[in-house]
Amino acid sequence: MTDENTKKKFLYLNRKAPFGTIYALESLEVVLIGAAFEQDVSLAFIDDGVFQLMNNQDATAAGMKNFSKIYRALGDYEVRKLYVEKESLDLRGLTVGDLMPVTYEDEDENYEEKPSIRVVDRAEMAKLIAGHDVILSF
Amino acid sequence: MSTLHTVNKSPYERNALKSCLDHLSAGDLVLLIEDGVLAARKGGAFAQVLGDVGRSCKIYALNPDLAARGIAVGDLVEGIQTVDYGGFVDLAADATRVCAWL
Amino acid sequence: MSGYQVNGSVVEHDEEGYLTDIGQWSKDIAEVIAKAEQINMTDEHWEVVNFLRDYYEEYQIAPAVRILVKEMTKKYGKEKGDQKALYALFPYGPAKQACKIAGLPKPTGCV
Repeated sequence: MTDENTKKKFLYLNRKAPFGTIYALESLEVVLIGAAFEQDVSLAFIDDGVFQLMNNQDATAAGMKNFSKIYRALGDYEVRKLYVEKESLDLRGLTVGDLMPVTYEDEDENYEEKPSIRVVDRAEMAKLIAGHDVILSF
Repeated sequence: MSTLHTVNKSPYERNALKSCLDHLSAGDLVLLIEDGVLAARKGGAFAQVLGDVGRSCKIYALNPDLAARGIAVGDLVEGIQTVDYGGFVDLAADATRVCAWL
Repeated sequence: MSGYQVNGSVVEHDEEGYLTDIGQWSKDIAEVIAKAEQINMTDEHWEVVNFLRDYYEEYQIAPAVRILVKEMTKKYGKEKGDQKALYALFPYGPAKQACKIAGLPKPTGCV
């Protein structure tokens, strides 16, 4: 078990679209493995990284693994903060409504399901980067 | 309490440099490595913005990567300093965190 | 590549015994894999295997042990969602061994 004093804040910075390169899937695998270490984990989605959270992804016909479903399991792994940059969404003609619903169960509030995705602007994203101990880029 | 940002992609091919510069906090450091050093040559399309950013954040370029690409230190945008591998390590060790823009 | 003998045909597995093609899984294959793992499938075993298959169907991953324990507790109560009880059913690790029987890939980050 990790006590609060040694707990570090990890930010996974995701900037690539999901299928063109292996980065997105690799990032997810590291997040899942890293979740065992009980650190404070957040994910950030900037640039093409926002496409990782698109709703209704179906890679079956493309012959690839449908790994987008894994994002919805992150709540079970106590990964509850997925920050998506507004400017990156805007540039791509997307809104938060185009993204998949990702939720976690809040054990302090009778396991109520709460949204994990939070849209932040660029200035807030810069503050998030400056506010974490470790940044892992993918 | 500063962040060392590294950029290793050509700004003429990818948006890694632009995205990095968009997310700086005052006092942060930027280190251009690998193809990232291509941004540092004066007269290029990113000379102006690097010059502007250089007023609030220090910008470095990795000398071995400049040399490999035939970019002379005298041809760098004003204000950009060069470091060798040892300097890279010192920058990373002195920074509170390192953020890579891939 | 070697395989499991099931009803007269061979179903391929990797060097650790995980099915190469998860689409080939059936209850009969599960029994054969369990036998190879020296496990006699009871209702309790099936509960875990079915849970893992449902989880994989929904999330495309096999859960880590602590997630399995947490989720089994939520679904079936404290008695079933107990790490000791799960290890009693699957001595080489509930996620690892039960995943193999469930026809799923080796869990990510599974120890």
